[in-house]
Parts: sequence; structure tokens; C-alpha cells
Amino acid sequence: MTTTDGAAGDALVIAGEAIASRLIMGTGGAPSMRVLGEALDASGTALTTVAMRRVDPAARGSVLDVLRERGIRVLPNTAGCFTAGEAVLTAELAREALGTAWVKLEVIADERTLLPDPIELVDAAERLVADGFTVLPYTSDDPVLARRLEQIGCAAVMPLGSPIGSGLGIRNPHNIELIVEAAGVPVILDAGLGTASDAALAMELGCDAVLLATAVTRAQDPALMAAAMRHAVEAGRLARRAGRIPERRYAQASSPFEGISGS
Amino acid sequence: MRVTVNGEARELPDGTTVADAVAAVTPAASGVAAALNDEVVRRAAWAATPLADADRLEVLTAVQGG
Repeated sequence: MTTTDGAAGDALVIAGEAIASRLIMGTGGAPSMRVLGEALDASGTALTTVAMRRVDPAARGSVLDVLRERGIRVLPNTAGCFTAGEAVLTAELAREALGTAWVKLEVIADERTLLPDPIELVDAAERLVADGFTVLPYTSDDPVLARRLEQIGCAAVMPLGSPIGSGLGIRNPHNIELIVEAAGVPVILDAGLGTASDAALAMELGCDAVLLATAVTRAQDPALMAAAMRHAVEAGRLARRAGRIPERRYAQASSPFEGISGS
Repeated sequence: MRVTVNGEARELPDGTTVADAVAAVTPAASGVAAALNDEVVRRAAWAATPLADADRLEVLTAVQGG
């Protein structure tokens, strides 16, 4: 049986829409559109984030073309916004420019940590949900905040594993487990992943998907790391569904003791 | 009149619309959105929305990120 067979009928569903891959990609950090395209192909992703910025008349090539050529759904983010007002306006501009009401809501507190500002985040989420957006909030790994975001009407919650771009992996797996246990919407581990084992762990903890960018785009070989992440997400998901054995303090023989020669 | 487009001051003739100002920044026919003084102006309304002195126009598109 291949992993593809094992994944049949196990689609990620966000706001009632099936997403063909549990690996959601970001596009930030790639050295060129060509490298980005190769990494996206290798990742198998079906949903990918972009940022909204002032038009640069000198820019050559558009990330939108890279996604369109591959049939990848675009998920605009509000990266760089420090207040709810900025984030709401950015989401509205993204909806107008890209024709999607889905938004990765990001409201950060400061540039050094890029950690979410929970007060502004909740404010922005409330306003965007009321305005008909499908809101996927980037949040800290606080189970209470995740619950509040779900209660507001967010379509998913996206806790960080560790600070954006840090590659520190999942610093508080216990909190991620608590968020997963309580959530009635998809939990997407977003930010901080460094390598394939981090992505597998996220899925083993019960996350429904993983969102990552830097770990792939700034790897020495982005396409190779994208393939590694794809396999890791699939493996972690299968392991979660398979039900792992409990951890034990002492050995448990897997070969029978009965019938040992000379006993 | 003096208008700020994407943070840059520009001297534009009276009667300039949002559509004119956007076209001066990008030829893109899609994937672009405009905000006039922090309010989104729908693309369908660009041609009928004149700019006024001291207006701030932001013209955004999608770039790599997130």
C-alpha cells in the first residue's frame, strides 16, 4: 500500500472546501521565481500564501503567475501589519485584488520576535469574520487564545511552533496537543519549522496541516526540502491516524519467550 | 493638485481619476487593488473616482511572502 492509498478519503477540509494537500506553502524567501516554482512542484501543495505590497514598477515576473500556472490556490496574508486596522484594510485590498475572501490573518507585535499581538488579532478577526471573510489566523501557541479565535468564527487556527523563520521547531508540543484536543476547526501548525522531522511531529501531535515557507525557500536545496516536507507531512498524518504505541519505561519483547531453544 | 501615490508625492492635473493614477504605476489588468485614504476603491469604480488635492492613494499587488 502506498502513502497515496493511505491518504484516500482523508482530505483537509477548511470552511467546507477540500484542499488536496496538508502541506500549505508560503512563498517568502525564495531566491527566484524559478526556484520557487520548483519547490512548489516538489511540495505538492494546493494552497499557498502571498503578501500584499505596493506595486513595484521595476518588478519582473509575478508570484501570481507562478501559482496560476500550477493551479495552486492563493491565500493572501496580512504580514507586516501591527494593528487590526492595518490588517483589515490589507485583507480588503487582497480580496479586491485576488478575488478571494480567504485570508491568513497576521497581526504582529514587533519586528524582533514577529510574535502575534493577541489583542489586535482578536479585534481584526472579529471585524473580518463579520465582513464575510474566511479567516485563518496566525496565533501564538496559547490554547485559550486559539479557543477564542474559533468562537469568533475563524475557519481554522494556526498556532506557531516557534518564531517565524527561526527554524526552532515546535517548542511547546504540549500546548499544540491541548489546542488540537479542543479545536473544532482545523489546526494548522504555522511558523518556526526547520526540517522534516518538525513537520512530521506537528502531524503526529494531531495538527490537520502544516504551513511553512522559510524552511523550504532558504534551504540549500529548496526543491529537495520541499519533497522532504511533503513526505514528512504524509508520514506524520498516517502515523497519527494509525495510533502510535504508548511509551513505556521498560522493554517489551516482540518475539515470544515460549519455545526458546534449551529452556 | 498634489497627490501621494504609494508614498511618493506627485503633481497631477485636476480631473485625474484613480484609474489614471493606477495606470501610471502599473499596466497590470488584474491582481491589483487600490485604497484611497485608507478606503478600498473597487476596480469598477476607479474610472469614476476623481482624486483631490492631498489624497493618499495606495496601489497594491501580491508579492512573495508568508
